[in-house]
Amino acid sequence: MTTTVPMILLMLGCAIVTWLPRVIPFMLVRNVELPDVVLRWLKYIPVCILSALVIESLFNADGSIVTFDWLNLAAFIPTLIVAVFTKSLSKTVVVGVVSMAILRYFF
Amino acid sequence: MSLNTQINAHQTTTLDTFSQGVKDCIPTLLGYISIGLAFGVIAITSNLSVFEIFLLSVLVYAGSAQFIFCGLYIAGAPFSVIILTTFIVNLRHFLMSLTVAPNLTRYSPLRNIGFGTLLTDETFGVAVTKLMKEKHIGGNWMDGLNITAYLTWIASCTIGGLLGKWIPNAESWGLDFALIAMFCALLVLNLIDIGKSKLMHYLKLIALMAIILYILLYFMPGHLAVLIATMIVATVGVVTEK
Repeated sequence: MTTTVPMILLMLGCAIVTWLPRVIPFMLVRNVELPDVVLRWLKYIPVCILSALVIESLFNADGSIVTFDWLNLAAFIPTLIVAVFTKSLSKTVVVGVVSMAILRYFF
Repeated sequence: MSLNTQINAHQTTTLDTFSQGVKDCIPTLLGYISIGLAFGVIAITSNLSVFEIFLLSVLVYAGSAQFIFCGLYIAGAPFSVIILTTFIVNLRHFLMSLTVAPNLTRYSPLRNIGFGTLLTDETFGVAVTKLMKEKHIGGNWMDGLNITAYLTWIASCTIGGLLGKWIPNAESWGLDFALIAMFCALLVLNLIDIGKSKLMHYLKLIALMAIILYILLYFMPGHLAVLIATMIVATVGVVTEK
């Protein structure tokens, strides 16, 4: 149960740079009315950012050529199927984790 | 007036209560617990103390950034690099906050700071899914969702840290994949309520997303590619919509 002053300062630094991008938009939209085109643009953000996060995890950019991350891709397929058919967050997470655990056991 | 009643009749509106927010958070808790435990275990092996794990999850409260923090810290990266990387990794929250914020401007500045402070990938996902379905979110609901997620995250990370000495190899348990599985489910939930004609448009955008991400990954780290690809594809979305 210990820490050091530099460590606390480091964590505070990380906290501030995480907090500002989260809070600034909430202050911004109170004072500035966003133009219609920006609001329309924002409607696309949920699907775009969620698909970007998923797809990025399916690529492997460690080498000189970007390839698939085969393990993640293999676990992703049953996960996606369960998500589409059950529409359930918790079932999807369970199937994803179990699929990955099984795959890591064999490969 | 009759138009309003008609619209309302087609929506299944849930109450703006704290307890409804807690309820809507429950399906995501499994994800928070898995990832939090995995983080705690990995942080212990990165030489962080349990108290530091607790503090990091209270102060930073962001899964991917906390993992990267550990990786850089154990690698002996300079503090400036760790802070700058955390900033870039979490910059996507700016877009997420900007998406959610216009729906909550009727609340006080202080409450809005609260909504923003506790915004994460998952609470964002749940909030936009609700927005897609009901066209409306309330502040009490948002607080219930946010605070449940926050407390669960802190507890899971800390417990993971306490268990860390006994579970040396967290990755082999597949817990880290919980995050991707959760994003996948939230993506599907967002697409379900979109309507058939729009769905084709969105599926094309997702295909474009894969191509753009693939190209960007040659030039920049993954978290930056996610941010830039999102902005490009959302712009293409607006330009190509009918």
